[in-house]
Amino acid sequence: MKRSWYATPYALWMLLFAVVPLLFVCWYAFTTPEGAFTLSNFQEFAKPRYIGVVLRSLKLALYCTILCLVIGYPTAWFLAGRGFNHAQSLVVLILLPMWMNLLLRTYAMMTLLDDNGVLNAALEALGLGKVHVIGTEGAVLMGLVYNYLPFMVLPIYTVLKKMDYSVIEAAEDLGCNPVRVMTRVVIPMSVPGIVSGVTMVFMPAVTSFAISTLLSNGKLRLAGDLIDYIFNQSSSPNRWNIGSSFSLLMLVLILISIGFLRKVDPDNEGGGMW
Amino acid sequence: MVRNTKSVKIVRALWMTLLMVFLYAPILIMIALSFNASVSRSQWTGFTLDWYVKLFNDPAILGALKTTIEVAVIATIISTVIGTLGAIGMHAMNTGMANVLVNVSYLPMTTPDIVTGVSLMLMYLFCHVPLGKWTMIMAHIAFDIPYVLFSVMPKLRQMNPNLYEAALDLGCKPLKALVKVIVPEITPGIFTGALLAFTMSLDDFVISYFTSSDMYPNLSRIVYSSTKLGVKPTMYALSTLMFATILILLILVNRRTKLENL
Repeated sequence: MKRSWYATPYALWMLLFAVVPLLFVCWYAFTTPEGAFTLSNFQEFAKPRYIGVVLRSLKLALYCTILCLVIGYPTAWFLAGRGFNHAQSLVVLILLPMWMNLLLRTYAMMTLLDDNGVLNAALEALGLGKVHVIGTEGAVLMGLVYNYLPFMVLPIYTVLKKMDYSVIEAAEDLGCNPVRVMTRVVIPMSVPGIVSGVTMVFMPAVTSFAISTLLSNGKLRLAGDLIDYIFNQSSSPNRWNIGSSFSLLMLVLILISIGFLRKVDPDNEGGGMW
Repeated sequence: MVRNTKSVKIVRALWMTLLMVFLYAPILIMIALSFNASVSRSQWTGFTLDWYVKLFNDPAILGALKTTIEVAVIATIISTVIGTLGAIGMHAMNTGMANVLVNVSYLPMTTPDIVTGVSLMLMYLFCHVPLGKWTMIMAHIAFDIPYVLFSVMPKLRQMNPNLYEAALDLGCKPLKALVKVIVPEITPGIFTGALLAFTMSLDDFVISYFTSSDMYPNLSRIVYSSTKLGVKPTMYALSTLMFATILILLILVNRRTKLENL
């Protein structure tokens, strides 16, 4: 037996459990429950009952991306700095949550922000009075940032770490002040990392599932929750078709951004996982 | 990049402290609450292990624990075998064909979890396969295989290709050469892959949610359902144990291969 045949179980398994299921999504997205071709499933998301969720997902994902960039860039910059003894262990500490169960992290956040939770207990103890956070878009945004921040830090850190320090020294020797070194040298050179980070935060944030439901007591759904709702709870006879068309749209959105990423950063300098 | 002036050091220390508080305070608070005697989250009335005792006396949670471990173990074993054989097979192929096959592995890694979950659910429902433990295992194997593949392939590339040929020239049968020559060389990669697969399997919530049912819930599903019924300290205990387990596994993985390079 030729050695290349050993890959057969792999090829079959991936075909059956990774490729074929996506073909099912495509099939359902373009058909009616009776099996006739249609494009009408895609119009559903523009209808009033869903468009609000779609717009909210885009808005919150955008805010989340901006916040992650504002917090993540300085973090990566500090971590990549010279002579920072604790950098290596801090990198691990910042990246660890990335691999941890999203549900558990969100559940922890919920405990903190709840009306009768730890945050309010602390505020009351300080005599500051309660705040109502859970159920608001602010809470959802906080949950999103909490979950996706490491995905912003990692690619920017990777790029900054690889950066040639002598370029910065050259800029300084030529009379650049620190602000100009930052705006004219460091930031332009870290663009691939920024693009990777933005994509790696924005995409999962748009498609996020459960985070928003948990932090808003089920009041605010995002696109991922909407897909769950359509498949598992709605009573529409063509729920599989509508749900599939939404899933397909998300997949296409992701593929477009990966394509974009490859174009901006062809050598994968940003170290994105895609 | 950053000059180590005193002010930079202070700003940096402050920034990192705040960031660590943001990242870890919610988790640490939850862990603390799992030892709190009071059900209330706003007051500490003493240390207790009651919630952990309750946890291990709850048949539903014990059942879910059994399901979670069973799924993770079976998925790890099968995905390790398939992934390792796949890597060996692809290593022996011409690059064009191998590239196509490797790219298939990027599919589950790039597809959002929710789409992966929904797509598998659609396929199962279409084929009238009732959702349960085995549908979840099949799904886990599919998302575990790429981790094994990407852990084993670099080890194969590092290997001296002449070793296998030499074994064949000296009269070894191909299968024996595989077991005696190739496998020992790539064992560290196989082990890392298996460890990663096991971690990912324990850690997964979204894909399991769509490919299983309430009849055979795993632990994540139990936590998720419980959130709708208000907060229970036993869930804090459960989450604490899950966090601790995953943390230990991740630290083990990180010692074998840098997490940031995955």
